Amino acid sequence: MATAAAHKAYGTEEEHAGTAAYERAFDAAVAADERIEPRDWMPDAYRATLVRQMAQHAHSEIIGMQPEANWITRAPSLRRKAILMAKVQDEAGHGLYLYSAAETLGTSREELLDKLHSGRQKYSSIFNYPTLTWADVGAIGWLVDGAAITNQVPLCRCSYGPYARAMVRICKEESFHQRQGYELLLALSRGTPEQHAMAQDAVDRWWWPSLMMFGPPDDESAHSAQSMTWKIKRHSNDDLRQRFVDICVPQAESLGLSLPDPDLKWNEERGHHDFGPIDWTEFKEVLKGNGPCNEQRLTQRRRAHEEGAWVREAAVAHAAKHSDDTKAEQA
Amino acid sequence: MTTTVPTAAALALGDDALVLSHRLGEWAGHAPVLEEEVALANIALDLLGQARVLLSTVGDEDELAYLREERAFRNLQLVEQPNGDFAHTIVRQLYFSTYQHLLYAELAAGDGPFAPLAAKAVKEVAYHRDHAEQWTLRLGDGTDASHERMLRACTALWRFTGEMFQPVDGLDVDRTRMDTAWLESVETVLRRATLLLPEGPRSGAWSAGAGRQGVHTEPFGRMLAEMQHLHRSHPGASW
Repeated sequence: MATAAAHKAYGTEEEHAGTAAYERAFDAAVAADERIEPRDWMPDAYRATLVRQMAQHAHSEIIGMQPEANWITRAPSLRRKAILMAKVQDEAGHGLYLYSAAETLGTSREELLDKLHSGRQKYSSIFNYPTLTWADVGAIGWLVDGAAITNQVPLCRCSYGPYARAMVRICKEESFHQRQGYELLLALSRGTPEQHAMAQDAVDRWWWPSLMMFGPPDDESAHSAQSMTWKIKRHSNDDLRQRFVDICVPQAESLGLSLPDPDLKWNEERGHHDFGPIDWTEFKEVLKGNGPCNEQRLTQRRRAHEEGAWVREAAVAHAAKHSDDTKAEQA
Repeated sequence: MTTTVPTAAALALGDDALVLSHRLGEWAGHAPVLEEEVALANIALDLLGQARVLLSTVGDEDELAYLREERAFRNLQLVEQPNGDFAHTIVRQLYFSTYQHLLYAELAAGDGPFAPLAAKAVKEVAYHRDHAEQWTLRLGDGTDASHERMLRACTALWRFTGEMFQPVDGLDVDRTRMDTAWLESVETVLRRATLLLPEGPRSGAWSAGAGRQGVHTEPFGRMLAEMQHLHRSHPGASW
């Protein structure tokens, strides 16, 4: 298939005119809320933005397994252990969906993993914070998954079909995880004084990093305007962040836990909660790789991949030796 | 359920599932491919589900899991062995799931107290066994390096395979027949994988049935310390 890039780089004048027609058709389809599918023409920059965003999303699912898996072997009851294992398994599954969806745009899982391992592609900065107590598992479910859902539900209507469809499945499971996290915190909050303190401490540590998950403020968000025109994104960072704060405040009250922000209060006029300033310096440092766990997370991911190389090679070698057997079985 | 489950047998089967589930849970975030993150967690979850049903028939599942000392656990030494590399994990899985599948198939076919549980679990275990067999073939008959690792793992774990067929109070099965079927099945898979049945004793006098008597290997105490620490730090708390 000749790509649009090839047309632009080497094309004749007629072909340039053709590209302009493709562009008009693409813009019209997006404007009419039609879905763009893998075989449809799309602008190179649209393709590149989607690959970047979907890859980062997939990487976040994979790296995001680590802070929670950190507690699987120490989960305090068998029921909680089963829930946590199922959740981490779901995350691996979400990673698989998202890599598959990204592959429809002409990249491969190997290529994307390579970019993750070499630091050329990012994952969500939230996973560079450590899980220090069992309550962190609950705080991640309630706040981190909650923020992720607020971000991701609009993606179910994203203009790119494969991404939108992956998000429908993912959001169902994510909202289940979020409820489980809330319920975990509720059990701690209503438990012994030590358990309550553990829950409060976790919320204190995860609240601000969760708000940072919505990305930089609107006036500093590099990709926002274009992504909104293309209907990859439906709401601005600040709008989603505000929505999240408004959802969390009453939930914190029913949990019997406080949110660590002295400026947080209801603003009658705006019909929203006002909240204090976010420490964007910290955000930028974590993004640059200087968060508490950046090094640890990437090292573990690389090690799993490197130590698994002989397993993948064996699977490939076995398949090559026995490709005839499989054909014979299928015949 | 009105039938009473024999305690020793329920603890033996429940502890096997609990401990192996825990070991598989340690793989989360470390597997060689994403598909194996899903598969290993899936198997771990199945086993944990079995453990919870079995332990609950004889007491409180959490008390039994978190408040017993090492000497009171009745699991096989095989399932408590550290994960090692992926070959090691797969061979442990092959040895155990072949045994568990034969055992649950027999229990499911009978009308003893474990029949209802076994009828459900045998379907899960058939999948675990298939997964282990497929990987045994891939790794044994893959590259020279993977073949070598499989040989090492098969031999290292061989010494723990005899205790699966030691008698357990309340577990009414034909152990001799099961042992023969196990050997046949494992040998067939290993041969197809270009591997050989290891030589050497399947359990020395030092280990025959030892796990079932609460005599374990050194790594097990450390595993329990990690597993039980949080629960024990908050006596009487609910989670």
